[in-house]
Amino acid sequence: MDILDRIQALVDAHKVVLFMKGTAQFPQCGFSSRAVQVLQAAGVEFHAVNVLDDLEVYENLPRFADFPTFPQTYIKGELIGGSDIVLEMYESGELQEMVQEAA
Amino acid sequence: MEMADIRARVEAAFAHAQVEVQGEGCNAEIRIISEAFDGQGRLARQRAVLGLFSAEIASGELHALTVKARTPAEGAVA
Repeated sequence: MDILDRIQALVDAHKVVLFMKGTAQFPQCGFSSRAVQVLQAAGVEFHAVNVLDDLEVYENLPRFADFPTFPQTYIKGELIGGSDIVLEMYESGELQEMVQEAA
Repeated sequence: MEMADIRARVEAAFAHAQVEVQGEGCNAEIRIISEAFDGQGRLARQRAVLGLFSAEIASGELHALTVKARTPAEGAVA
C-alpha cells in the first residue's frame, strides 16, 4: 500500500488521531507530551501513532499534511495542527466542541 | 540556527510585524503580531510562519518551533 494511502487510512479509521514522538504513556518530546496531556484533560479518546516507530510515516506525514512538524492531531480525518493549536483550542473550548460534533 | 537569524527572516516576510524570538539552538519560540494574519485561521498562520523554515526543519537544524501568531486587534501574545 502506498504510504500516503496508509496515512489516509489511519486518519479515517479513528475519530481522533495523534501522530506523536513516543507513546501516549511515554512521550519522547515535550510538544508531543503536551498534546497528549491536552487530549487527556479534554477527555478525548484518541488513537496515538508513534512516528519514531514508523519511519515511513515519520518521513511522509509532513508531505501528506503540508505541515512540517510533529505532533499532528487529526479529527475526523482533518488536520487540526500541532500542540500549540490543540492547547489553544482546548482552552477556548473549541476542541471539546469539535470532537463532540464529529460523532 | 541563531535566534537573530530566525527573527530577521520572519521580519523580512512580514512587514510591519512585531516579532519576538526566544530559544536556543534547535528550539525556538516565535511570537508575532501582524495584520497579515487577519482572516487567517490558526493552521494557516502556522503554515505561513513554519513555511519560512521548511529547509531547516527538514534537515533537523530546527527541531522545535512554537509559533504564536496574532493580529494587532487580538491583542498581545500571551
